[in-house]
Amino acid sequence: MRPLALSAFTATSSLGRGLAATLASLEAARTGLAPCRFETVQLATHVGEVAGVDEERLPGELAEFDCRNNRLAALALRQDGFDEAVRAVARRLTPRRIGVWLGTSTSGILETELAYRRRDPGSGALPGSFRYRGAHNTFSVAAFVQRALGLEGPAVVISSACSSSAKVFASAQRAIEAGLVDAAVVGGVDSLCLTTLYGFHSLQLVARTPCRPFDAERDGLSIGEAAAFALLERPQGRTGAGAVLLLGTGESSDAWHMSAPHPEGRGAAAAMRQALEAARLEPKDIDYLNFHGTGTPSNDAAEARAVAAVLGARLPGSSTKGATGHTLGAAGALEAVICALALRHGLMPGGLNTRAIDPALGVTYLLENVHAPLRHVMSNSFGFGGSNCTLVLGSAA
Amino acid sequence: MSGALTAWVEGVGLVGPGLADWPAAAQVLAGTAPYEPQRTVLPPLECLPAAERRRTGRIVRLALAAGLEATARAGADAARLPAVFSSSGGDGENCHEICQVLAGADRQISPTRFHNSVHNAASGYWGIATGATAASNALCAYDASFGAGLLEALVQIRIEETPALLIAYDADYPEPMRSVRPIPDAFAVALLLTPSARPGSLAQLTVDASEESAERLADPQLEALRTQVPAARSLPLLRRMARGERGVVVLDYMENQRLALEVSPCH
Repeated sequence: MRPLALSAFTATSSLGRGLAATLASLEAARTGLAPCRFETVQLATHVGEVAGVDEERLPGELAEFDCRNNRLAALALRQDGFDEAVRAVARRLTPRRIGVWLGTSTSGILETELAYRRRDPGSGALPGSFRYRGAHNTFSVAAFVQRALGLEGPAVVISSACSSSAKVFASAQRAIEAGLVDAAVVGGVDSLCLTTLYGFHSLQLVARTPCRPFDAERDGLSIGEAAAFALLERPQGRTGAGAVLLLGTGESSDAWHMSAPHPEGRGAAAAMRQALEAARLEPKDIDYLNFHGTGTPSNDAAEARAVAAVLGARLPGSSTKGATGHTLGAAGALEAVICALALRHGLMPGGLNTRAIDPALGVTYLLENVHAPLRHVMSNSFGFGGSNCTLVLGSAA
Repeated sequence: MSGALTAWVEGVGLVGPGLADWPAAAQVLAGTAPYEPQRTVLPPLECLPAAERRRTGRIVRLALAAGLEATARAGADAARLPAVFSSSGGDGENCHEICQVLAGADRQISPTRFHNSVHNAASGYWGIATGATAASNALCAYDASFGAGLLEALVQIRIEETPALLIAYDADYPEPMRSVRPIPDAFAVALLLTPSARPGSLAQLTVDASEESAERLADPQLEALRTQVPAARSLPLLRRMARGERGVVVLDYMENQRLALEVSPCH
């Protein structure tokens, strides 16, 4: 495939607002996970909550989109001058030539959950303030971001659970290559809600303590929230050394089970092979892997088998979900931005919370930060329904 | 949109209110049979193991029925096809049940309800049912979901040079969500699209952006279906195909943009 430049990018998660705070947390090996105090949730678990989301106010003309998910999006768009960078490109290319591809799994469902507590006791109707289109609908975050940035091209949400915001990079890349648009805002936004906290709990996939990916005693995931964005464009003549490029994408389906991965990691391996092929790289060319690494026993085992088969046992990798929690529909974009920081700063972040690596997994899992120049990195994102996506990012020579 | 996107339709699947399958719908759209709306009836789903079948919601059975019909009519192997699923709201019934439980004192939602709550549930069950391991996408663009799915499929076909199966589907919410999102009934359309003409091709579609208004349907009940169900925004295109008419048909897409489809029948 034809590489694209990430000409601007940003991330906001429990590690902090924007790239500097995110990098500082990674360098300090500081986790954003804390005991769950969210809303009225009474579960013994840790979450990666973004501070100050509820204090965020949307401007009057965007009030119809008000919900926790879009407040988080608004807060994140402002960081690192991302919104201004998009507006500058929109002036150059025209707003019609810039598309929006965003991932989310639960959109503004929290508003619906709260509205269901306030149904009319007689009729059962939702409160009059409830907004289906602006808050509840899965598309609302893309409609909001498109409007907030003044863009007029195609806009769509990809919602394939935890692969959502990795797959947006693949769809947007194709759309640019096909000439549908000239640039794309891609990213993912997912925010804490009761559906995912109680839902993962019902599947017995939630850890009581901060999640410990690849640990021999790993016992589940920790849920987080995040918003991460990138502006994808064809590399310009001026794309200098150190610029971050999207080099390859791979997508596959497990065709196996709704909520469990294929035990041999069949779909995961296919996605990684495709991404390597698209990037015209060999396994030995990859310097660091950001594992999907949720911390559930079966996910990590399946991914490790696939990684060992495709990339070998010696490739250094880690999951950053011990730091951020599993941010679900935002995980793909958040971890792509972490990979971009890794390339830019020569940092392979060590996996947090993990004490003793599961020897059965047979992969090289970093427990400490390692500083080294990186040329090519890979990020995995796998979701319910057997949806797999792998991205390869690299530094411009 | 620069460089128009194009593909050939090799198979169509359709399920909707009073529209049992594509041949029945084609007769209605061609004007050779009257439109008699009645609650959408879904065909039995035999391709899933019984245990999985029991877990599926109505919207999953709806999407799979349309997809299976389109692939069967084209004689295609579903297991080898990349797929694009596009829905404006996903499983509203399941969402309602979860929100109801979460609003109560005991918040223990069922694991099946939770894994069915993902927007890509139909895509996941499609893989289990057909063994398809290729890329599968799950899109939402509110009322523009059919157009968004069509663009995604056409872009994939252009870049990957493989066929792709587009399935656009929507079903009605129960109350109280129904009052705030009044989709009247379940409707799905599936198009098996190929990058080049084949012996069984029905029509070539070429898409471009348009500033014109979307084409309407003369029958008031079909027009109501078109405007009330996002996946049914496809009906003017299907009408053109059912009549074997050549020409440009404009479909609703986003608020500020329509899609113009040039339809060239192959027979």
